[in-house]
Amino acid sequence: MSPGLYATQQAINAVSLGSLYALVAVGLSMVFGILRMTNFAHGDMMMVGAFATLLLGALGLPFGWAALAGILAGGLAGVIVERIAYRPVRGSPDVTLLLTSLAVTYILENLGILLFTSSPRNFPVPGWLDGSFQLADGAITFTAINLLTIVLTLVALLLLGWFVTRTDVGLGMRAAAEDMTAAHLVGLDVNFLIVAAFATASTFAGLGGVLWAAQSGVVEPTMGFTPLLKAFVAAIIGGFGSIAGALLGGYLLGALEVCIVAFLPSTVSPYRDALVFALLIAFLLFRPAGLVHAPQEVKL
Amino acid sequence: MAKPDPGTAPLLAIEGLRVSYGPVAAVRGVSLAVRAGEVVALLGANGAGKSTLLRTISGLIRPRAGRVHLAGRAIDRLAPSRIVRLGIAHAPEGRRVFGSLSVADNLRLGAAARRERAGLVEERERLLDLFPILRERLRQAAGTLSGGEQQMLALARALMAKPRLLLLDEPSLGLAPLIVRAIFDALAGLKRVGVTMLLVEQNVAAALELADRAYVLRTGEIRLEGASAELRADPERIAHAYLGTGAA
Repeated sequence: MSPGLYATQQAINAVSLGSLYALVAVGLSMVFGILRMTNFAHGDMMMVGAFATLLLGALGLPFGWAALAGILAGGLAGVIVERIAYRPVRGSPDVTLLLTSLAVTYILENLGILLFTSSPRNFPVPGWLDGSFQLADGAITFTAINLLTIVLTLVALLLLGWFVTRTDVGLGMRAAAEDMTAAHLVGLDVNFLIVAAFATASTFAGLGGVLWAAQSGVVEPTMGFTPLLKAFVAAIIGGFGSIAGALLGGYLLGALEVCIVAFLPSTVSPYRDALVFALLIAFLLFRPAGLVHAPQEVKL
Repeated sequence: MAKPDPGTAPLLAIEGLRVSYGPVAAVRGVSLAVRAGEVVALLGANGAGKSTLLRTISGLIRPRAGRVHLAGRAIDRLAPSRIVRLGIAHAPEGRRVFGSLSVADNLRLGAAARRERAGLVEERERLLDLFPILRERLRQAAGTLSGGEQQMLALARALMAKPRLLLLDEPSLGLAPLIVRAIFDALAGLKRVGVTMLLVEQNVAAALELADRAYVLRTGEIRLEGASAELRADPERIAHAYLGTGAA
């Protein structure tokens, strides 16, 4: 196989994986931006989205509709969690917020185990999503799910870009993330903006969960854990709290992981995650603000 | 305490206001009034409780005791967003513009809480005429503006809410004298068109020149009040009230 085609194949893999990381990281970063809280339960909204899709599919709903409802269920779960778990502790010390979000994670994952048992279940996808396309006489393959992941992520991110630059609610969310007091003073309804941030972030997680399940073919109650960690790394690399940073971080991380497996000696591949987390530590040590960070200093 | 009659009541009436940060009392029993069309200055040294008073009016802090009425309506238990909707805009200390948002988006958010959408475009045009430099910088991120430009933006953002009362917290803070002049000229222009203001300032001369009346606050209490002209004629009384030396 020619090196050019091989590289193209790896680029497709990288964009597909990076899309998933970006989808999850954006939500994590959004919630952190507005609440200064790492929402560990964010990954569990992926689980909610995937299981809701599975259930609705089992009830006979066509896959597309089941997936759409599942994604929205992820968003709804985020709003519910904000209302009953995070709002009562808002403004508490960081440790309280951190422990609350960890507690929510455990509750949701154990609830998942209670309802669905801890064994992985098949995530059936319809035939049209099971196929793959080949180019250049089979040198380049991309599956329908890869393609769908890339396209849906692009659509979702374009919608998000429009939302946060063209609507009052989206601009208000960015304003509140930058300066909560000033947001109060211009009359923004901060409670509503926080709910909107959770709804948006969790809907993205729901989409990420459905795509993740479709790619791996299985769902399980702890399925959100690994993507959450990766999204966390992506968000830190990009600059925690920045939406653009989370996107950049997600795609960079996807590219990095694919490159480690594709271009380094195969003895290195098993250490992929170790390398990724080493990168996280390096960023925390040398560039804790990440690649993209908004100018925050107050000018006199 | 008798309920003020909305017909004759001042626009803003504060009675017996007490505010504490934990055990520390920052405002101890302040009463003051601002009538519609009036510009009232609130003077005092650092830590006198001026900003705390403005933040309490805006609903950022809950008072421990006392009432705040806007046109006869009690607002001291309302959320900040409700208070803005009722007509109090606040240009805070340190300007606090949204630095990552464009100048245009900052102005847009200033009007986000406003119910009455009619006249919004004209309002914005009028403000951009008042601060022409903002028109040149509309697409620029607010964080890239100079301090004086940010202060103009903070003012314009507050005015986009079309407030009945404008709270100004140290608009001259950290600005070069020439810029301070420009800001106060703009404020004088706003006064001429009837904007009611409660102004916290350290720059006593500029504040008294603009204001109709003034209160001097020290350690959370009003030590002196009077018409600006009167106070200007007697700087020693102001100094005494400020610093607490001798009789006020």
